[in-house]
Amino acid sequence: MTDSSLSTRQKVERSLARRRATETRFHALGFMAVLFGLLSVVVLFGDILLKGSSTFRQTVIVTDIHLDAQFLGLTPRSKEAHIRRADFEGLIRQQLHAAMPTMTEDEARELHRLISIGAAWQLSDWVVENPQHLNQTIRFELLADHLVDQWFKHDRRKGISQRLSDVQLSWLHEWADSGQMYTRFNRLFFTHGDSQEPELAGVRGAMMGTFLTLMVTLVLSFPIGIATAIYLEQFAPARQWINLVEININNLAAVPSITFGLLGLAIFINLFGVTRSTPLIGGLVLTLMALPTIIISARAAIKSVPLSIQEAAYGLGASKVQVVFHHVLPLALPGMLTGTILAMAQALGATAPLLLIGMVAFVVDVPNAISDPSTVLPVQIFLWADSPERAFIERTSGAILVLLGFLISMNTLAVLLRQRIERRR
Amino acid sequence: MALYATLVCQKIIMPLFLIIVTAIGMSLASLQSHASREHIRIVGSSTVYPFTTTVAERFGRISQFRTPVVEITGSGSGLLLFCSGLGIRTIDMTSASRPIKASEVELCQGNGVDDILALNIGHDGIVVAHHIQQPALSLSRNVFYLALAKRVPNPDGSASVVDNPYQYWRDIHPALPQVAIEVLGPPPTSGTRDAWVELVMEGGCQQFDFIRQLQSTDPARYQALCHTMREDGAFIEAGENDNVIVQQLLANPHALGIFGFGFLQQNRDKVRSVAIDGVLPTFNTIADGSYPITRSLFLYVKRAHIGVIPGIEAFLEAYLSDAAMGQGGYLAERGLVPMLDEARANEIKRIRQPNKASAL
Repeated sequence: MTDSSLSTRQKVERSLARRRATETRFHALGFMAVLFGLLSVVVLFGDILLKGSSTFRQTVIVTDIHLDAQFLGLTPRSKEAHIRRADFEGLIRQQLHAAMPTMTEDEARELHRLISIGAAWQLSDWVVENPQHLNQTIRFELLADHLVDQWFKHDRRKGISQRLSDVQLSWLHEWADSGQMYTRFNRLFFTHGDSQEPELAGVRGAMMGTFLTLMVTLVLSFPIGIATAIYLEQFAPARQWINLVEININNLAAVPSITFGLLGLAIFINLFGVTRSTPLIGGLVLTLMALPTIIISARAAIKSVPLSIQEAAYGLGASKVQVVFHHVLPLALPGMLTGTILAMAQALGATAPLLLIGMVAFVVDVPNAISDPSTVLPVQIFLWADSPERAFIERTSGAILVLLGFLISMNTLAVLLRQRIERRR
Repeated sequence: MALYATLVCQKIIMPLFLIIVTAIGMSLASLQSHASREHIRIVGSSTVYPFTTTVAERFGRISQFRTPVVEITGSGSGLLLFCSGLGIRTIDMTSASRPIKASEVELCQGNGVDDILALNIGHDGIVVAHHIQQPALSLSRNVFYLALAKRVPNPDGSASVVDNPYQYWRDIHPALPQVAIEVLGPPPTSGTRDAWVELVMEGGCQQFDFIRQLQSTDPARYQALCHTMREDGAFIEAGENDNVIVQQLLANPHALGIFGFGFLQQNRDKVRSVAIDGVLPTFNTIADGSYPITRSLFLYVKRAHIGVIPGIEAFLEAYLSDAAMGQGGYLAERGLVPMLDEARANEIKRIRQPNKASAL
């Protein structure tokens, strides 16, 4: 009864406080959701950055090396293959030994363990490029073993040591104090393929593999997906079987990705004889995975084009193909691109379908063509995370950072492309 | 109006279709013409993977051959792939943490892979370890069986089985600590789990006469009793990643973990191994077989591919060489337990000895 005695204005004013409170609450709730999301991202990225940032520094030990041509059995005119087979490991061992003549056999072996096998390989590479320096003494940065690297970067300040003996630590302290041992930018991480020695392992092979695989996926799935979407939206007759196709495409988008791997194994490898572990087979399988996403988003984009534009074009006498290619497609393109990028990002992170087609492999040589054996970044991360050496844990985070970089640059490119198309309209 | 986008559609998308059609045609054509392969292809066990890859990497670096490509498939799938046929499209060799089965040999022969070179490449030990700050433990296989089987012999000594009643190690034997039983181990898909069940659980349950007799009278029941791990939380399947098990041991000092010898070697400063039947896992005890949980590792090679794919013989020799497996060799550093020198010399000899009969 009291309500009826109030004017409308009073009623509104009375309920105003409650409505405003609801709005504030909802506002706060939304803000907290965003905050929580941001916090999770910051914690996750912070952790990876913290663990992974030390990957980009590599410990080296600088020392004088006399390139004894007689010991190596080389002349300045030696062929490259000959130089590569020379005993540079023995040379480094001999020179380190010469610096400390009072060492016992056992100590010499322990000293040699501090230097990576990669040091000898790098020295031989250097000599291949500079054969004129044979028989001269050069200052060379010897790559430190991963145990030394981990000690120098992490454990030295904490005063602990993992798996290094007292005599090894005494040399390391000496080198560290005299400035002979220092860290420099880890170029190898970006120029090498996989390796079983953590200090030699790099992401170049996986990056190239990812790039080639995604190119194959894009080149196949984008045109096929968009052609399918156009046909289904614009040309397909309203028949029963078209309905069936539509339902199946929608269902395929929700199929677990490993199923596509099985399909790829059965059809592409066993039936067509495509070679295992190549970007070609990887791209084919990921195409199967990406197609439903692209088709669905492309259809949504086509549907969103105003009907009036099409009607106007028809009215001016345009044919169906002209309407589609001159009016519908240009307006739908930004939406299609968004869908494609989503599908590509999904393909970038896929590991499960690649398990079955041989992409989970140890590949040292960096792939250059879609028929070379290769692996991809998520698989590389998986392989490193499973390795016993602690230095690989750091590299796992490093590889995750590279993968994130890949993703961000891909998305940026897509956004720029979309803006450009939209602006020119 | 939509001039730019129209141009994009007309000038880019339409020709793109043509380019793609030709690209697919060309890539299919190039597949057919790919009549040779320069690199060796290896699949197989994840236990052998770190060793094979190390050899492959050095081999690719030092020899004139390309670096072999090594895949992880697991022993079973590896042999399946191996036996699927001959030819450059197929793989050249597979590694396995168990010997090839008769059924697999049959499959191989059915597909034309009848000349197999089988090489023993060394041994692997499975270790049980705990946090390094805990006192050293020595446990028998019998104790592990009683602690981890789903159903165990009745503690009152009668010839019947009951659901595993043991909650603390002391319940099993009064000399053991009053600590809850908690063991982290591999899941059933892992070869390590197979070996554990076969060598430890079965070894333990064989000690009970009435179960041993079941082996001949009721093999199915014997299998169920000896091979089923308990599922009430005392045994925890920690996934295939041995690193995760090591990390969990550090977080939980009272738990035990089951993993490969290689991981123990890399983490000696963090975890301590348990002596099994009084024997600690070391290179010597695993190589001479006195440590009870050891298994042999194998490499199976298609002889028909030798000479077709370059470098197979040289790669196998590098694998079994002194530099890799001798005293202080680089594979030993990674945790592979080499064979005794004489046996190894024997294996090396067999690489270049075509002999169908001895291959299987």
